[in-house]
Amino acid sequence: MDFLIFKAPMLMVQASLDGILLGILFALIAYGMALQWGVMNIINIAQGDLVILGGYIAYTMYLAGIHPAWGVIVSPILMYFVGWGLYKLVINKVVDRDLFISILATFGIAIVFQQLMNFIFGADVVVAQSEYGTTMLFDNSVTLPNSKIFSAFVSLAYAVALVIYMKKSKLGRAIRATAQNARAAKILGVDTEKVYAATFGINAALCGIAGALISITLTLHPYVGLPYTVRSFMIVIVAGLGNLPAVAISGMGLGLFEEFADYILGTEFRIGAVFMLLVFILVYRRFKLSKKREYLK
Amino acid sequence: MQKVKQKDLILYSGLIILGLAAPYLFSAFKVQLTYLCVLIVLAMTWNLQGGEMGYNSFGNILFYGLGMYLTASVQVGMFFPLAEWTESGGEKTFVHTTAQYFQGIGVGLIVSAIVPALVAGAIGYAILGLRGHYFAICTLGLGIAAGEIAGGIEIIGAGQGFTTPPFPAEIVDVEARGKFFYFLSFFVLVLAFVFVKYIYGSRFRLILNAIRDNEDKAEAMGIQTMKYKIVGWMVSAFFCGLAGGIMGGLIGYIDSTDVAFDGREMGVFMVLMAILGGKGTLWGPIIGATLFHFFKEGLWTFILGWQYVALGVLIVVIVIYFPEGLMGWLREKYPERFGEVIDEKDRKSQVELK
Repeated sequence: MDFLIFKAPMLMVQASLDGILLGILFALIAYGMALQWGVMNIINIAQGDLVILGGYIAYTMYLAGIHPAWGVIVSPILMYFVGWGLYKLVINKVVDRDLFISILATFGIAIVFQQLMNFIFGADVVVAQSEYGTTMLFDNSVTLPNSKIFSAFVSLAYAVALVIYMKKSKLGRAIRATAQNARAAKILGVDTEKVYAATFGINAALCGIAGALISITLTLHPYVGLPYTVRSFMIVIVAGLGNLPAVAISGMGLGLFEEFADYILGTEFRIGAVFMLLVFILVYRRFKLSKKREYLK
Repeated sequence: MQKVKQKDLILYSGLIILGLAAPYLFSAFKVQLTYLCVLIVLAMTWNLQGGEMGYNSFGNILFYGLGMYLTASVQVGMFFPLAEWTESGGEKTFVHTTAQYFQGIGVGLIVSAIVPALVAGAIGYAILGLRGHYFAICTLGLGIAAGEIAGGIEIIGAGQGFTTPPFPAEIVDVEARGKFFYFLSFFVLVLAFVFVKYIYGSRFRLILNAIRDNEDKAEAMGIQTMKYKIVGWMVSAFFCGLAGGIMGGLIGYIDSTDVAFDGREMGVFMVLMAILGGKGTLWGPIIGATLFHFFKEGLWTFILGWQYVALGVLIVVIVIYFPEGLMGWLREKYPERFGEVIDEKDRKSQVELK
């Protein structure tokens, strides 16, 4: 086989930069997943579909003549209410139950979302043009779309803002308390029901931001949600719950892996490689833990 | 005791006669009946490791798709060059004779049962060390990865799909194709039922239940849990492969993500059917699959386009409100019929504990 990437060092720089910028975006989605997993103990398979829905909100704005970058402000606000509604409708019945129940229930939600998006926005692959142009580096041999740089900075800004919010605000304190011990928090007067709804809303809002950014940097399609779910799941199990620097680093690692897999294996195996990486990570962790006669909990 | 057995005998012989007569009674629905048999096989074998063993797999579709590709590949590869067949409409240039077709599908089905079982055995040690939701997500990943990878392999048609050999044209009877696939699937169904029924009466089932209820304790009692988990998964894989092989021949066209590794449809269906009927019971998955199939076929034509929305809502409703399924609900209502004796005092004390 002829691997172009090893012959041209500039392609490596290109793949690395692409991967890191993409990885920051993945980390943002993964942070939302870690938040709900840690606080409510549910695994949300519909995470990726929330991302795509957020993207379609930005795309709709683009169609209406508004610059899609405003989506990073509008989309999270709308998505917060979507998440809140979803919690009140379905999720509140699966909190505190077997994780498998939450996986299956959110799988059902994912199917509904996919199909509704297919009806409303059509089955075409779409992209919102940001018209930010591209930056050329190293004598024009590396091209970076400015939209990717923009998306990385927006993701970082939101992540920092969220960390400060979780540390300082009253709701943030309540969320952290509930994550530590829901029962004790309840006794001390925290309305856990409200906290759960807010957590799921914040998670959906994070997905909304990520989706709006994806709409200008990558492409949107109703059925591509699941890979985003799997990516964020993978990042969370590597980084652990509630460890933001680790989430950011493993997000970038995943981005790098994907870009290199894309060049080496070919684009048609990109998604397959992501899913295989998930299997390998889980199996690796399982063998490592089984030496201590433990298992992934 | 004797009387119960006689009752069972009447039930089983009745069902078998119904099964054999069905293609003549409902001549127009042969394809649907074949689907039903395959769905029951899938639900029943999913239940074996999802319901009995407590390892909720989303990835049994891997074996189903593998079986489908293997049967078709063997059927073509035995007589003609496979690469030329898949490259561009090989089914137009190469024609199977009647004998070749049946030989091919026979060998293909045997391969499609054995290879997935071996694959399950090979990956079982690594994958079955994961528990609970990690196992569920890992198998979900496996199933989807298989679809994505199969969609990139040239020799089995890659993204443009794989046309399975058409039914031999020398057989003039137009009903023959439907009947052939129906009886094939019915045979596999009977085989699967007898096997699962045998497992239900054996020590093996008790071990699987022990693994489900508390794996650490089961291990402490001296059961080599890993061995039994792998065997349980291999049984599922065996029948999933067979079911996939039949479906490949019936549908006549294999697409990597929409037909073979169809996690969005078949992969969810088998879990849903088992839960709908009741996990961890012999008859639950059978009833669940039958109900689901009737619901699907009866309703989907009326809500064309909205069927996936209905499916998603159905999943959510079943999972949230009926996690024990139909059999679980009946069991709660008529515990005596399931051979459970309830001690009123004990029940009251348990209610107080809650």
